[in-house]
Amino acid sequence: MATVTFDEATRLYPGAERPAVDKLNIDIEDGEFLVLVGPSGCGKSTSLRMLAGLEEVTDGAIRIGDRDVTNLAPKDRDIAMVFQNYALYPHMTVADNMGFALKIAGESKDKIREKVAEAAKILDLEDYLERKPKALSGGQRQRVAMGRAIVRSPQVFLMDEPLSNLDAKLRVQTRSQIAALQRRLGVTTVYVTHDQVEAMTMGDRVAVLKDGLLQQVDSPRTMYDHPNNVFVAGFIGSPAMNLLQVDVEGNAMHFGGAELPIPRETAEEAGKGGRKITVGVRPEDMDIVGEGQGLKTTINLVEELGADAYIYGSAQIDGKDHDVIARVDGRRPPMKGEDVWFAPQQGHVHLFSTTTGERLPT
Amino acid sequence: MLIKTINAILTVLAGVGAALVLYWVLNKLVELLPGKWEDRVKPYFYIAPAFAAIALYLIYPAIQTVVYSFANADSTAWVGLKNYSALLGSHSFRQTLFNTVLWIVVVPAATIILGLAIAVLADRLKPGSEKLAKTTIFLPMAISAVGAGTIWRFIYATNPPNEPQLGLQNAIVTGLGHDPVNWLQLNTLHFNSFELMVILLWAQVGFAMVLLSAAIKGVPTETLEAARIDGASELQIFGRVIVPQIWGTVITVFITVTIGVMKIFDIVYVMTNGNFNTNVVGVEFFNQLFTNFNNGYAAAIVVMLMLAVLPIMIYQVRHFRADEAVR
Ligand SMILES: Nc1ncnc2c1ncn2[C@@H]1O[C@H](COP(=O)(O)OP(=O)(O)OP(=O)(O)O)[C@@H](O)[C@H]1O
Ligand SMILES: [Mg+2]
Repeated sequence: MATVTFDEATRLYPGAERPAVDKLNIDIEDGEFLVLVGPSGCGKSTSLRMLAGLEEVTDGAIRIGDRDVTNLAPKDRDIAMVFQNYALYPHMTVADNMGFALKIAGESKDKIREKVAEAAKILDLEDYLERKPKALSGGQRQRVAMGRAIVRSPQVFLMDEPLSNLDAKLRVQTRSQIAALQRRLGVTTVYVTHDQVEAMTMGDRVAVLKDGLLQQVDSPRTMYDHPNNVFVAGFIGSPAMNLLQVDVEGNAMHFGGAELPIPRETAEEAGKGGRKITVGVRPEDMDIVGEGQGLKTTINLVEELGADAYIYGSAQIDGKDHDVIARVDGRRPPMKGEDVWFAPQQGHVHLFSTTTGERLPT
Repeated sequence: MLIKTINAILTVLAGVGAALVLYWVLNKLVELLPGKWEDRVKPYFYIAPAFAAIALYLIYPAIQTVVYSFANADSTAWVGLKNYSALLGSHSFRQTLFNTVLWIVVVPAATIILGLAIAVLADRLKPGSEKLAKTTIFLPMAISAVGAGTIWRFIYATNPPNEPQLGLQNAIVTGLGHDPVNWLQLNTLHFNSFELMVILLWAQVGFAMVLLSAAIKGVPTETLEAARIDGASELQIFGRVIVPQIWGTVITVFITVTIGVMKIFDIVYVMTNGNFNTNVVGVEFFNQLFTNFNNGYAAAIVVMLMLAVLPIMIYQVRHFRADEAVR
């Protein structure tokens, strides 16, 4: 087991204009479960493959423990990887698939059998050891891929969207199994996903990437409560945070009919951006207030979930329509077509610069 | 020329037309049967013409050949197993058999090994160069055996010691200060047979390479990456991950080449006509039939060849079925 360090790690594909991963800096602790998350094409897989040694690091360094592995071959890095489509060897049985790495390492047959049996027991694969991957269901294949990683007892587990080929229900189930297994084995894990729910539920810490640039690394809680910029604010959380550009006047901003005070430094920052500011409010922090006391919203859709209801509406700001999402009490939600007024709960407002997108003090 | 073309077109039209009429008539006939019987019998009626054609052109001659193999040279009297015993008893025919076995042992295996090597190496080139390399290596496939023979004669040609050497190999040998060698007559350790095999390899390695290369490209990259992470060396990846995944193609190519080699005729006929101890079964058959006019011997040779090919064909069919089942 070991720490993992990305130190200004950069990957520039030949012929590409800008790096797929740009100066990535992350320190992953021993035994930590780190999730890399971001939209498609943001460089998650590339980062993981750089750590695996499958992708050249064009600049910077990667360390596992205190070993610089930047230029080592995959086999010398003591890592195991679970691929998105599992990459099982189709011509080998489940047992051989799991034991392949040990066989290559020259372990004795008995030892291999013992370790494979152990992993099969953990993953509930004992009945399938003699089958070929073709004769397995998607979920079973996924477990074999996990088993192949486990038997090696590597220093680091790498997983690239290992759940994306499973159906929704199995995905939720396997999600908790993987998280539990990781805690039990205590092996440092880097996990890639594009699903922020997966990221938030599984990771000790979450790293958000966009266009090859690291946006924020934090615990899920901090990430949710303190997004560093507009992108993270909009990406983390489901349904997404309301992000609206509003006018600033003096030391206050207009939220529809409401005037909300903002710190002076923030107001000064907003002054540079044409006296505008981006205000972020999570759906659960939107309160219905009296007529004219907030942002007037016309309700387009009410999604009743029992205890809660989600309201999807549109509000006019500066003559343009903006989508607004709010979570309200499920027992007496407003009706479709009605007009309501929303204001953010005190202390649950996020403010961002309209020019840089960076978080501003609230 | 024009007349020939028109004739050809007419023939094709007439052939297709006749087939259509035949099937139409057959269909009408079946429809005369009561409903249940119609469905049952229809497939057989439809298969019948094709089956009849195969029977006429393949099965009948095969049986006829077997029959002739027990008769004398002009097929006028039974001689029992004498053709077989005489052939197998003769030293020269045993040499011929040995040469054929040599071809069978060497050529298919060499084709696979070379084909794999070229496919793997070409795979590492840039796309443009890969295409060029593969096209070049595939090109000899388009050349007939006679054409190939002409080309390779220039490589193996021998002129008397004092004259300039036209042959490439002798040019090298004499250039190094040795006497020219008469390559095609050099049968120490069957050297000349191997030189003939080189021609066949040259002609068909491209075929193997194309099929194997397609198969290698079909191997999922992730399995290779997984193996790399599992600690396998490039050689181990090739042997334990790539080859097992393309094994079906390897077997198919191997068997196709093997059957071709068992029947090898043209290259040997053109280059040496089986002289200088390079004779093979295919050439021997031809010479018995058309030079010695010995139907009995010729038929016996073919029957032996058929018996030798049969197990391989059966294995191939089985293998195909097994492959299908896995898929
Ligand atoms: N082999 C390659 N050659 C050139 N560019 C590449 C190559 N592989 C990936 N890229 C580019 O690098 C960027 C990052 O790709 P990457 O596969 O890391 O994305 P990702 O975050 O894993 O996305 P996804 O969620 O869709 O898997 C993309 O813009 C992609 O187009
Ligand atoms: Mg990816």
